[in-house]
Amino acid sequence: MPKILNVHHLEKTYTSGSKKLTVLDDISFAIEAGDTFSIVGPSGSGKTTLLGLCAGLDQPDSGYVELCGTRLDTLNEDQRAQLRNREVGFIFQNFQLLPTLTALENVSVPLELQGAKNANANSKDLLDKVGLTDRMHHYPSQLSGGEQQRVALARAFSNTPSILFADEPTGNLDEETGEKVVQLLFDLNQEAGTTLVIVSHDLELARRTQHILRLKGGKIMANESTLVR
Amino acid sequence: MSKPNTSAKAGIQWLFKMAWRDGRASIGRLLLFMASIILGIAAVVSIQSFSKNLKDNITLQSKALMGADFIIDSRHLPNEKVQGIIDSLGGAQAMEVNFSSMAAFPKNGGSKLVRVRGIKGAYPLYGELDTQPTSAANTYQQEGGALVDATVMLQYELKVGDRIKVGEISLPITGSLLSVPGSTALGSSVAPQVLIPYRFIADTGLLQVGSRLEYQYFFEADPELDLVAMNKVLDPILDAENADMDIHTVDSQRMGRSYSNVGKFLNLVAFVALLLGCVGIASSVHIYIKEKLRAVAVLKCMGATRRQTFLIYLIQIAGMGLLGGILGTLVGIGLQLSFPSLLAQFLPFQVEVALAPQPIAMGLLLGIFMSVLFALLPLMGTWYVSPLEVLRIQEGQPAKSKRASTLILLGILLFIFLFSFWLLQDLDYALGFVLSILVTFSVLAGVAILFMRGIKKFFPSSWSFIARQSLLNLFRPNNQTMVLLLAIGVGAFLISTLYFTKDILLAKATLEDQTNSPNIILLDVQTEQKEAVANTIIPKGLPLIDKIPIITMRMHSIKGRPVNDLRLDTTSTMNKWVLNHEFRVTYRDSLIASETLTDGEWVSKNSGEGPITISMADNIARDAQVAVGDTITFNVQGVLMETVIGSIRAVDWARMQLNFSVVFPTGVLEDAPQFHVLTTKAPDEASSAALQRELVRKFPNVSILDLRQILNLIEDILNKISWVINFMAFFSILTGIIVLIGSVRTSKYQRIKESVLLRTLGAKSRQILQITALEYTYLGVLGSGIGILLSLFSSQLLAQFVFEAPFVPSWVPFAFLLPGITVLVLLIGLSNSRSVLTSPPLEVLRKEGV
Repeated sequence: MPKILNVHHLEKTYTSGSKKLTVLDDISFAIEAGDTFSIVGPSGSGKTTLLGLCAGLDQPDSGYVELCGTRLDTLNEDQRAQLRNREVGFIFQNFQLLPTLTALENVSVPLELQGAKNANANSKDLLDKVGLTDRMHHYPSQLSGGEQQRVALARAFSNTPSILFADEPTGNLDEETGEKVVQLLFDLNQEAGTTLVIVSHDLELARRTQHILRLKGGKIMANESTLVR
Repeated sequence: MSKPNTSAKAGIQWLFKMAWRDGRASIGRLLLFMASIILGIAAVVSIQSFSKNLKDNITLQSKALMGADFIIDSRHLPNEKVQGIIDSLGGAQAMEVNFSSMAAFPKNGGSKLVRVRGIKGAYPLYGELDTQPTSAANTYQQEGGALVDATVMLQYELKVGDRIKVGEISLPITGSLLSVPGSTALGSSVAPQVLIPYRFIADTGLLQVGSRLEYQYFFEADPELDLVAMNKVLDPILDAENADMDIHTVDSQRMGRSYSNVGKFLNLVAFVALLLGCVGIASSVHIYIKEKLRAVAVLKCMGATRRQTFLIYLIQIAGMGLLGGILGTLVGIGLQLSFPSLLAQFLPFQVEVALAPQPIAMGLLLGIFMSVLFALLPLMGTWYVSPLEVLRIQEGQPAKSKRASTLILLGILLFIFLFSFWLLQDLDYALGFVLSILVTFSVLAGVAILFMRGIKKFFPSSWSFIARQSLLNLFRPNNQTMVLLLAIGVGAFLISTLYFTKDILLAKATLEDQTNSPNIILLDVQTEQKEAVANTIIPKGLPLIDKIPIITMRMHSIKGRPVNDLRLDTTSTMNKWVLNHEFRVTYRDSLIASETLTDGEWVSKNSGEGPITISMADNIARDAQVAVGDTITFNVQGVLMETVIGSIRAVDWARMQLNFSVVFPTGVLEDAPQFHVLTTKAPDEASSAALQRELVRKFPNVSILDLRQILNLIEDILNKISWVINFMAFFSILTGIIVLIGSVRTSKYQRIKESVLLRTLGAKSRQILQITALEYTYLGVLGSGIGILLSLFSSQLLAQFVFEAPFVPSWVPFAFLLPGITVLVLLIGLSNSRSVLTSPPLEVLRKEGV
């Protein structure tokens, strides 16, 4: 299978006052198209930083990321944005819906950015799939946390991404709602055949993916396969 | 799922759609931002439209305002040369002689100082006399009657057919005079007009040597005649003969200029209102965009480019600006319709208000332009915000390009400069305004930084939790101290500058009723009448306060150069009016209370050797470009007198007393043809009326100024002026208040999260209220205090360079504006916390979307 994400010797440091803090140190791994993959580790292990670098939201100090066959360090910010729009979907811990847009409009935005002609109809279909047909004209503040995350799921799949990054997708939800959202995430993913990368400190969630990358102190502790196929 | 059917990238339509979607949910937050644009633009459009209408009206009606195409006027009956010019122009179609005199009304024994105009011919050649009955304007000449000012008729209960006595003659009143071309209601109330046929003037016995007469010859010109060219040729010749030519176009320009002080103030109001609007835009967009940065990061995450996210908000702001511009222009047009009635008293004609395209176009353009320009700096945040914001909260503002920020700031300064130049038409004023705005912002920003550093460094750790928390709010991350101090400070600065300016303008005209000063002034007393008039006053037990001799003269040469040469010298920067002016000069041996010697030495008595040493007022010396030691030859009614300037005096012209620009020593002019001014003080109205009746009967040529009446009249005028000024100032102040509400309310979304957290941690409503109250009180007191202090400097500069009047700061801004603004800031701040105090924390967080 071709590699959809190739990470080569990534290094990222932050400066705090006069101190240099290494967040990621020589990180290399690859993910095949269609795989499900999780990055786990305790708080401060560099999980979110790694996700940001993989998705082209930030740039490493050294090393590089190859996403969908394109080296991100060769692109400028706007070109990276266009690549994300074409190939990447996102799910965030705190949903990150646009508060001034309705559920339907939120789902439509990635499609509209592509200039898609049937953005509205596709978005309605997706909202139907996540069971929010009757809530599509509501604003985020009028929805519960679970509903908001389901809208976020619909939005993440709306541009039929090649790869989907999920940052602690259940972090802000209670156990029951979280389980429902995760199930929906995996169902939609299977249907679309998307590569899924989950960042979490929830090992149970991680075990539902095919591969687990364990991070600690900015270093890879293990990169193992699970029994999931 | 298959890849969606995509055609092209999101186009401009999508940007508009997103701008609308986002804006529709934020409309409430942007309403105040809109209000500040609307008021700012309404002020500019209304004032500019009205000024344009006023100018157009003056130009259109210039002939009717003058009553002729051109006039030749002179203080004396024209000599041979002047008469020759009049004849060569085909002779005047109408002429008049006018002078001030007492008029008596035998019906009720009343008397009044009026301006008598003896008219011959078809005056006015353009426009018309508005009389009651209407026919009186045409019949008074044939019937040999008088047209008397309508207010005087009303005041003295006169009717058509009653008689008026002017000097030695008595005429029937043919009609009441409602309006005369070129006269304002205000002017008529100071010196009401009485028109009589010229053929009776000699019989009045009032044309005596020394009387202040004016002869005017009215001409109707061939439409092809180049009046300006003719004026250029003839005016210097007439000047040399102590006559003058005025053409209607130049006269209308002069009239336009005479409204310039009102115009300056109104433009200042427009400028202040607009600047306040700009401050409102900048501060509300700053906070608005700050709240939107997270959404921008999400959009970027989903693939929106920097250009797209920037344009979404730019379109939104420009749209609001356009809407504000349209509404502001409409309000402005509506407002200017009220100006003619507000200013009716001060205008010599009825202003016909029309839609002036230039100010309307300006209003519409300004709406978009100023919104975008003043929003650019905060809008830049959308360009530089990183999509990484969605994963982690980054403290502070995204780093912006210094070059872009500098360019935008330079653009803002250029806009302020160009706009003020457009309004004021004066390079120095425009530069002064830009400079004072820069200084104000710098000082306020400096104070804000020092304040925050000061609190941080000397933080009072021993204070109570509430006091500490309120201080912490002032310098914690994402604090609003700088933005609010700038908005409150600039608002207070502009409002209080406007207040002080209003004070300067009104104080310029304020009169004090001094207890020891005279209240009856007798003008035009002939030398031979002096003793007899004094003997009428003294036996009544009234004091004779002043006996001031007045001699009229003109300058013949200055520093050895004849004034005729100086008139033709195009390189001379001398103020030419002094060359044509008829000076009223007195002689005395000492300075009076309104005078201070600034240079040279006072000479009380003429030594008899060499040129006569005179004293000159500093403003005349400046205009004539002369100093102590320079020589001036005066033409004293045909006799040339060589003088040398011995001293320069500063004269307080604002004092209600007789002041003189040139004072001779004693021992020179005693025998020259002269008239006198006598003053006395009547203790009450009855004794004043009795004295006036006797004086009018015995000395018909003597004019009586009753200061008590004039003081009442001036008070009335001042009340009217201050009403107009207050009305316009209120307009700007209203904008300021709206901006203030906008600035403080936009900070609501910053404060609410902290308040909710405190509430969640168990803070009582009272504690949250106290923390908020203290925080806004610090900001209110500091912002308004610095703003008012800065306005003291700007007002001093305005008084000195723009209005040329003294400035005595009033305590009102400190006593009312400072606490007023502070209380307003406090109230708006507290109203922000209301929802936090009355609802459960989670509900608030959901509702406010924080």
